[in-house]
Amino acid sequence: MGILEVKNVNKRFGGLQALGDVNLSVKENSCHAIIGPNGAGKSTLLNCFVGKLIPDTGSVMFDGQSVLGRTPYEINQMGISRVFQTPEIFGDLTVLENMLIACFAKRDGAFRMHAVENMHNERDIVEKAEHMLEEMGMIDQKDDHSASMSRGNKRRLEIAMCLSQDPRLLLLDEPTAGMARADTNNTIDLLKQIKDERDITIAIIEHDMHVVFSLADRITVLAQGTPLVEDDPENIKGNPKVREAYLGEAA
Amino acid sequence: MLGLNKKDTSLLMFVVALSLFAPIILNIFPKDSGFAFFNGGYPDLMQRFAIFGIFAIGFNILFGLTGYLSFGHAAFLGVGSYAAVWMFKLLNYNILPALILSVVVAGLVSVVIGWISLRRSGIYFSILTLAFAQMMYAIAYSDLFGRWMGITLTNGETGLQIYNNDPQILLGNGPTSPHLFGLEMGARKVLSIGPWEFVFPVGYYLCAILLILSFYLSIRIFRSPFGLMLRAIKSNQTRMSYTGLNSKPYTLAAFVISGMYAGLAGGLLAAMDPLAGAERMYWTESGAVVIMTILGGVGTLIGPILGAGTIKYMENIISKMNEKLLHDWFSFLPESLEYAMVWLASWFTGEGWHMTQGVLFMLVIIFLPGGLVQGGQKLASRFRRNKADDTATNATPAE
Ligand SMILES: Nc1ncnc2c1ncn2[C@@H]1O[C@H](COP(=O)(O)OP(=O)(O)OP(=O)(O)O)[C@@H](O)[C@H]1O
Ligand SMILES: [Mg+2]
Repeated sequence: MGILEVKNVNKRFGGLQALGDVNLSVKENSCHAIIGPNGAGKSTLLNCFVGKLIPDTGSVMFDGQSVLGRTPYEINQMGISRVFQTPEIFGDLTVLENMLIACFAKRDGAFRMHAVENMHNERDIVEKAEHMLEEMGMIDQKDDHSASMSRGNKRRLEIAMCLSQDPRLLLLDEPTAGMARADTNNTIDLLKQIKDERDITIAIIEHDMHVVFSLADRITVLAQGTPLVEDDPENIKGNPKVREAYLGEAA
Repeated sequence: MLGLNKKDTSLLMFVVALSLFAPIILNIFPKDSGFAFFNGGYPDLMQRFAIFGIFAIGFNILFGLTGYLSFGHAAFLGVGSYAAVWMFKLLNYNILPALILSVVVAGLVSVVIGWISLRRSGIYFSILTLAFAQMMYAIAYSDLFGRWMGITLTNGETGLQIYNNDPQILLGNGPTSPHLFGLEMGARKVLSIGPWEFVFPVGYYLCAILLILSFYLSIRIFRSPFGLMLRAIKSNQTRMSYTGLNSKPYTLAAFVISGMYAGLAGGLLAAMDPLAGAERMYWTESGAVVIMTILGGVGTLIGPILGAGTIKYMENIISKMNEKLLHDWFSFLPESLEYAMVWLASWFTGEGWHMTQGVLFMLVIIFLPGGLVQGGQKLASRFRRNKADDTATNATPAE
């Protein structure tokens, strides 16, 4: 039994079969990559895990509980955090404030009326947020306006926010898309470090094979909404079916 | 102090000083001087400064922090006034139960309106709140609910007033005008110092104290974790929900808090003058608080107070400038020029004060999108830079 169990998931957009009978099992504390050509349905699948989309049929179980019909914030409270294809952060706020929000959400849940409480009395939250920023090497930027950071740093902040909530499953949608080589390598190092140091399961969608083969313990290849193969990275590299559906097409 | 940092404390102290000394600051021109016309230190206007300051502070908690632009907040102002007058009619003229009921009723009404309107965001939210407010205006104006129940609830277009045959069960021999445990709102002390005359009205000081408390509460909200969540809503709702936060109760709480501020303001209007009319809910009133907040500086702490003061001052002073006054002012000019100037000025004075307001609003939006607060900051930084330059130039010869 994996921590995330996807069974017979189908999703249609009008006439388009975006997902057809997807079965997937993500093992706890592993890094599972989902690859496939553009339009294969990778983001659609991810959206089914976090409450953005509801599959037409099938089930998605996280740690034995169904996520279907739950809202994104409820699913996050269950222990799933998501990083977006384009970084989604609170651009109007400072880096530290971004982190504080994530820490409050973890401690206080989806809503708490703390309208006259004083930030000074939230020492534990502030310390936790600053500690996380230090770990991420972003403490010097804590008072910066987060919208004015580089894309790599925005991604780093987004990952930091997710990690501060100690998620059991971290979902990453093309975390290095549109990044310069240096930023990509930094992100790989960061994710490797996260994987090694934490009890965390990672599911990652990625086009960049360098990233995939650096991180993944297991790879699922999606083509036209259906899983083509699921195997270990070494076997995927040599698989002719994969070459044809994905690597061949990309070349 | 009081759980505020240094900067916020000095801001609070500034507002306290401004409120306490308003009767002096606003009557700075000697009574018989030519400028006495610009004095704003009379009870009615000063009370309006404070009351609309409260209204705008509350509005800013919703609009400034969450970015949800309500176009129907006058509904809560009106509801607050009606509730207060009803307390006067049923109990007595004590304003304490009246103000409490104003806040409670406005809070309840805003729960309902907020619950429904917050199903949408952006322009649709604005339109929904506008629709609700206009609906409530129409209901109040025709006393629909009252007629339906067979009683007088809002007294339609006449407006709700207090009559001799009202129950007023606690009245006894008590005052027959609004008061706080016997301290009448209409009471005032006039202080004459040489050519100056200052009026210190009880009603104004009550409003001022509530303004200070409202302002203090708003600072606390701005700086609290709750305030941070509200700013998060404005910034990125997607990230918010994927961070495990339910933005709806946060927005609703902000909506209700700002509705209660509006209810308090409405109750105070009735406490200063025990009447309530449907026109208080009209959409232009809702628009006015939007303008006050933006003019002063939306999302800033003190902006709404400055905006409310500016608008109310213009509304009361500029609108009183009539042609006779203008002729007096321009009489030093040759006659033809005098007439030309009066003609020009009359566009922007008297009834034309709306023109002045519009022009001012446009200038602020275009040149100071951060409102008067931004203007103040720009001035301050220029001043500081000049001072820094001075010290720099002074320092060079010493080398
Ligand atoms: N909300 C939607 N409505 C209609 N069609 C959609 C919607 N979302 C995705 N699709 C379609 O479903 C298919 C799968 O899209 P999806 O975004 O999941 O692909 P992807 O594998 O993530 O591709 P990419 O690598 O380009 O991100 C595409 O053909 C897309 O056009
Ligand atoms: Mg995608």
